[in-house]
Amino acid sequence: MESHEGVHRHPAPTGFIRKYIFSLDHKVIGIQYIILALVAVLVGMAMSLLMRMNLSWPGTSWPILETFFPTGAPGGQMTPEFYLSLVTMHGTIMVFFVLTTAPQGGFGNYFLPIQIGAEDMAFPVLNMMSFWVTLLGFIVILLAIFVEGNQGIGEWFAGLGPSFAGGSGTVGPIGGWTGYAPLSALGKIAGPGQGGGMNLWVISIAIFCVGSLLGALNFITTLLNMRTKGMSLMRMPLTCWAWFTTAVLALLSFPVLLGGGVLLLLDRIANTSFFIPGGLYVSGLLSGTNPNFPLHTGGSPILWQHLFWFFGHPEVYIAILPGMGATSHILATFARKPVFGYRAMVFAIFAIGLLGFFVWGHHMFMSGMSPYSAIAFSVLTLSIGVPSAVKTFNWLGTLWGGRIRFTVAMLFALGFVSLFVAGGITGLILGQSSLDLPMHDTYLVTAHFHLVMGVASIFGMFAALYFWFPKMFGRFMSESLGRIHFWITFIGVYAIFVPMHIMGIVGMPRRFSSFTEYEYLRTLDPLVMLVTVAAILTIGAQLLFYFNVIWSIFKGKKVESDNPWEATTLEWTTATPPPHDNFAGVLPTVYHGPYEFAVPGAPRDYVMQTDMETEVPSGNGHDGHKH
Amino acid sequence: MATMVTSTRPTTKQGTGPGTPQPNGNGSKRRDAFREPDSAGNRYRIGMWVALASIAMMFTSLSSAYIVRSGTANDWIPLAMPRILLASTALILLSSVTLEFARRSLRRSLQSEYAKYLLRTAVLGAGFLVSQVIAWRQLAAQGIYVSSHPHSSFFYLLTGAHAVHLLGGLLALTFLWFRSRRKASEPVAAARRQGAADAVTIYWHFMDGLWIYLFLLLFLWR
Repeated sequence: MESHEGVHRHPAPTGFIRKYIFSLDHKVIGIQYIILALVAVLVGMAMSLLMRMNLSWPGTSWPILETFFPTGAPGGQMTPEFYLSLVTMHGTIMVFFVLTTAPQGGFGNYFLPIQIGAEDMAFPVLNMMSFWVTLLGFIVILLAIFVEGNQGIGEWFAGLGPSFAGGSGTVGPIGGWTGYAPLSALGKIAGPGQGGGMNLWVISIAIFCVGSLLGALNFITTLLNMRTKGMSLMRMPLTCWAWFTTAVLALLSFPVLLGGGVLLLLDRIANTSFFIPGGLYVSGLLSGTNPNFPLHTGGSPILWQHLFWFFGHPEVYIAILPGMGATSHILATFARKPVFGYRAMVFAIFAIGLLGFFVWGHHMFMSGMSPYSAIAFSVLTLSIGVPSAVKTFNWLGTLWGGRIRFTVAMLFALGFVSLFVAGGITGLILGQSSLDLPMHDTYLVTAHFHLVMGVASIFGMFAALYFWFPKMFGRFMSESLGRIHFWITFIGVYAIFVPMHIMGIVGMPRRFSSFTEYEYLRTLDPLVMLVTVAAILTIGAQLLFYFNVIWSIFKGKKVESDNPWEATTLEWTTATPPPHDNFAGVLPTVYHGPYEFAVPGAPRDYVMQTDMETEVPSGNGHDGHKH
Repeated sequence: MATMVTSTRPTTKQGTGPGTPQPNGNGSKRRDAFREPDSAGNRYRIGMWVALASIAMMFTSLSSAYIVRSGTANDWIPLAMPRILLASTALILLSSVTLEFARRSLRRSLQSEYAKYLLRTAVLGAGFLVSQVIAWRQLAAQGIYVSSHPHSSFFYLLTGAHAVHLLGGLLALTFLWFRSRRKASEPVAAARRQGAADAVTIYWHFMDGLWIYLFLLLFLWR
């Protein structure tokens, strides 16, 4: 491509720092995001382990807790407030720094430019900033735990202003990942976990919003402007469609959270009353009667819920859509068949994204909303079942009659489909306001969202990593370790979350630190123990996964060809690992749709997108031009 | 019964063959534009529109909060409009006009005109910010602060958020002005310069419109 020469905007860096730390290369930035997620998920996982331990063995002493949180866990025993701060931080870290970073910032960053045949992202400097801003957000959220939870660190932060004073010195911030007002808006007066650490929690989320927005801007511009010759929209891999839709969702939903976060922070530090109603009586004090609790009037706590969930619902699709894209991609590759209904898949992704903006109210059925609004939100929510079913049936259609290769990546993609269905099905229950009311504060909700947006998304990432690892590092991950990892994890997550459905239906409330006081829940004790044991085993299997990643980078089986999975898309046409500008100066030209497997009359059972010689009859897959 | 032939459609459709791929994946409206020297310019313009969508969403969220809060509150004390805001409005409207002159001068390759109008725009923009600061100080002198009552909270918040965005635009203008003194004769550099100027102009006009919107929201909505 003649005009390409000399156009690449940044030459390959040579120094270590420019190459691996402050890199402009989307591939390095992608790996940085993945490392961030791998670190964050360890923190989140450790927190869930502590919660399970406390639920199954209440009152057990963990000396290490006392070391870091001398008053939050006196004698190493977890206080209920400490448990609540674990709930808060587990949710926040997992949703923002794991489920939002790795699928989009990680794999999307690495593979979107390569899959559309671009030499980098549209704005490499913004791309680099988006990672570093996100990392800053992560550091601030970790600080939030210690500012609130450790007296010594908290006192140091008190220098920033009275509202930053080190909180209760007992626990980390408390508020759930949703940070509901008015308690989250009042400051230290509202009780343990509401002091300076909560300020940092809000600030961290705001920083994260900015980082995500920079990323989304880049993804959208890159995809619209930098596709190579022949890469029409309907020739893009479904992964790119998923990343694109995710970026649009992030672009339009994160600013709303940012706006809400600014309002919340002003309530906390500037004494405004956006979310704080009048006549509030908290911690034995009436608003306006104490210098620590000045007068507030007229604010609306429900307003925060609206702003939060207007972001919060698209956020769950931000977490799962990339997994859907990776699953479609991997299922087709290892079933050796074109994706069934490519166009329908594209429209389903878009429909899910679009509908995702109109259903936030289903998180608020408990807020006392008008039953008419609740019906509207219910109907819209249930209608998401239609595009979701389109995707599920098309995945099954892709598998139908395929010559399936059961690689580990394929196993995880199949696991994704299974978990998406199993977790999504309870969405049909919770999406109806009348059924949601009794179920909302029970473990049924915990089970539902963990299966569908938590674990399913994680399976999408596992599938993606096992699949693309050979391209990223030139070595395979160990398939035998991978199989063990898959089966323990797959059975493990079902053993964790299926019993939670039963607990929920029995009426076990979520967010409680222990159930020893509740006679009617005694019968559930064996299930609680089963969940805990399953959680410990599943988390153990993840250590195997970490070992596999690190071991395979250095000692894994070397990749002999640039296309070891016999796949069709552009990332498999370039060198392994791809050079700095992805295609060594010559951008590829695309002649076919992304999933031309099993083409009649073709020399092999797959036709790569760049294959100029082979003719593909337009009925084969979905080369979207002639239908 | 013999099967009747009801369709003559071939079971395998006609292959289209590789064909000749069109630029930008056939997806661009301007099929001749891809990877021509101005693709960097296109990138700036597209990126700017995308960024504006996100900025618009943030102000939408804040104004929805404003509408809800003002509609449900019984503690609303309307703020008297500081007169100087009319001067702000005039300044920013004028700055949009001068920036449009700058952009068009660049289109016609009039480099010195371009630099001149950029500078005028930056001065007008700075004037707007000064005028906003005066408005804040006037209110503060009357004892009206962020926490005084909901209307004042929203006033400081919305004008402050707008001012921060405009300050970013001012920095971009300054950057363009410094760059304008360098030669950009190569087509790639010229296209890039044009793209950057277009993107900043789009942003500035948007900030102008946003100010009008906020002004009306704050003082006419309720």
